[in-house]
Amino acid sequence: METLGAFAVLLSFCLAIYAFLASLLGALKKKPFLIASGRRAVYGVFVLLTTAAGILVYALMTSDFRFAYVAARSNQAMPGLYKFAAWWGGQEGSLLLWSWLLSMYSAVVLWTNRRKHRELMPWVVVVLSFTQIFFCTLNSFVEPPFQMLAVGKGVTAVADGNGLNPLLQYWLMAIHPPALYLGYVGFIVPFAFAFASLVTKQPGEAWIATTRRWSLITWGFQSVGIMLGQGWAYAVLGWGGYWGWDPVENASLLPWITATAFLHSVMMQEKKGMMKVWNMVLISATYFLCIFGTFLTRSGVVSSVHAFAQSSLGTWFLVFLCIGISVTTFLILRRLDYLKSEARLESVLSRESSFLFNNLILLASCFAVLWGTLFPVITEAVLGEKITVGAPFFNKVNIPIGLFLLLLTGVGPLIAWRRSSWESLKRAFRWPAIGLLATVGVLAAFGIFHVYAMISFGLCAFVTVTICMEFWKGSRAIAAKNGYNLAHAMIELTHRNTRRYGGYMVHMGIVIMFIGYTGAAFNLDTTKEVRIGDRFQIGRYDLQVKQVLDGDNANYSWQKAVVGVYNSGDYLGDLQPERRVYAASQQPTSEVSIRRRLNEDLYLNFASMSQTDANAAIIQAYVFPLVSWIWIGFYVLMFGTLVCLVPSKVKYSYAKTQVVGVYAKQAEPAK
Amino acid sequence: MKTYLRFGLLVVAIIGTLAWLAASGISESKTYYKTVSELKHMPASEAGRRVRVTGDVVPGSIRREGEHVRFQIHEKESNQMLSVVYMGKDPLPDTFRDSAQAMADGKLQSDGTFHANSIAAKCPSKYEAAPGKPAAQPLNSGKPTSI
Repeated sequence: METLGAFAVLLSFCLAIYAFLASLLGALKKKPFLIASGRRAVYGVFVLLTTAAGILVYALMTSDFRFAYVAARSNQAMPGLYKFAAWWGGQEGSLLLWSWLLSMYSAVVLWTNRRKHRELMPWVVVVLSFTQIFFCTLNSFVEPPFQMLAVGKGVTAVADGNGLNPLLQYWLMAIHPPALYLGYVGFIVPFAFAFASLVTKQPGEAWIATTRRWSLITWGFQSVGIMLGQGWAYAVLGWGGYWGWDPVENASLLPWITATAFLHSVMMQEKKGMMKVWNMVLISATYFLCIFGTFLTRSGVVSSVHAFAQSSLGTWFLVFLCIGISVTTFLILRRLDYLKSEARLESVLSRESSFLFNNLILLASCFAVLWGTLFPVITEAVLGEKITVGAPFFNKVNIPIGLFLLLLTGVGPLIAWRRSSWESLKRAFRWPAIGLLATVGVLAAFGIFHVYAMISFGLCAFVTVTICMEFWKGSRAIAAKNGYNLAHAMIELTHRNTRRYGGYMVHMGIVIMFIGYTGAAFNLDTTKEVRIGDRFQIGRYDLQVKQVLDGDNANYSWQKAVVGVYNSGDYLGDLQPERRVYAASQQPTSEVSIRRRLNEDLYLNFASMSQTDANAAIIQAYVFPLVSWIWIGFYVLMFGTLVCLVPSKVKYSYAKTQVVGVYAKQAEPAK
Repeated sequence: MKTYLRFGLLVVAIIGTLAWLAASGISESKTYYKTVSELKHMPASEAGRRVRVTGDVVPGSIRREGEHVRFQIHEKESNQMLSVVYMGKDPLPDTFRDSAQAMADGKLQSDGTFHANSIAAKCPSKYEAAPGKPAAQPLNSGKPTSI
């Protein structure tokens, strides 16, 4: 069986090469049979990699400890879910997951477009299979998942495995990597179409229209992946944060930022025929940042708490990135003539300009994050001394950027295309501005003078009012015209232009998340050594350590502190933070206990028993205001993304008068 | 052209502000990587610098003292020890224990102890195998080879 798995991986490598060559030659020499065979090879790769992945998963589920991978990542006592999740618990398996997802996406793209875009598709296959070759190379020769344990020449098994890293044994962590990978891998599809349209000199927006859904879905997956990571960090790592600007976190954020910029700036291209080069650059950057992120995580180039081990993978990734980026840059430069803008900017006070600033600021943030992440590498190369920057750097740059983006979120929808007059702006912004000032006033009245928090809450109110106004104006008109009630009219309005109103919902989700993030300005924390029976205080809570219990099961042994929570005499219940030592890995973990409420979370960590007093426990207590709103905002954001994916009832076609002439001009050299 | 000039000015203003923020952020939080022996021979001019130092936690040296944690790290290459006092607010990572590889961020005090405000730790044998070696080696299951 293991031979079959290794063989399937190797064969998929060969088949990917064939798909690449057949499509390339077929497209260049216009040989439809060659193109068709290349396409089938892509399906073949999918079947083969599915087989390989299936064998690995089967080995994990049946605890076949002859497999080196299974022995290192799994053990008998682990629950089934984690046995399955061990598929992506280590380097070899997670790279196989990457490869498999890529082959799945490729197969789906080819299937859904099998009768469309005859000219583009071979080039799409070229890009997809080129990436596939790269990952299959890693699977077959650099990090093979099907290594066996052997003594001499006989395959042998061990009695029990090492077990999955206990920190990963948490349900969010079981789904976080695949969600993130679905997003990472998915951006290859819009990129492949963009690349193909560059090669074939297609002047129009066909690639954008075709891949609009793909971009949105993969963006959605990326958001899910990042949020699951935050949720996991909050609930498992025990330091109460959800974001630490760790290189690996940054690696997942970078393509998300460029993708967000891309989702916005394609609107400029669709509606105004502007920013064509820019969009090409953005989608390419997103794709290469996805690869780069994988590289950062895998190569150990920058030290990170949750990076995989140092490994020889780095060089492979660098070579791939160099080839990919050079080819793409060359191609964009060669095709600049086809990417000319069809309209010019007319005013600083226009929707166009708000999009432009949105992009500028997102890119600045992306650059700052990249710069900070690579700072040790850069300084080592330039100054010969390794210097790293921490969270203060990232916060200092990104908090103002975030607030500015929040402002644009509110301004954008109210400002007209082409140009706005001050008069119309005054009218449009009256209520949102009142909302902002009222919020700031209320905060001041309660004695809250934290500058960033005031700006942030104020802007949240500002954006909320603009979004509500948009829904209100639209649905009131529909309600009046058709005699619907307001709720019905609101659904009708959204259904007529799902992209626009879904987009507003996504913005609303972001606003709610900002409320949650801003709560961090008011965090409280304390560490106390408490004797059993004694009390201590944090914020408005009175905490009493009632007793310390212990026990064990097959997977781990545990010890937990039972802490009673009181608020001015009222008993609110018990929290039970716990410490575990996993049997297989002998690694201790702490399981925090959280009392989640909408206004604030009470978060307890059982650090250890005291070393000087056998009857005292060391408890770390935190109060995190508004954290729950981050997760709520995330659900709103997801809902909005789903709404965007629903086809609009009314097909809007945008009058692009200037376009006609340019099309005619471009059509000639295309021949 | 006036529009483009206005744009240019706005863009320059934004980028300028961000660059200034970035520069001050860097000078505020930059941390130098040093080995234990480098740290011991650090010139006085660099005394106030934030430093990141790595070493193995000496078994049995971890002591909790109220809100602080005191321990020693040992650097294999130079065979030197360093006393560290952890004064940060965050709980120590679960991987932090005897013999773990610890990375401490902080400043060296004049008495030779190192005051750390953050600690990261890796348990080398259990987290991931070193490159080139099959992951199953710690199991003592005979000699693992790939076939």
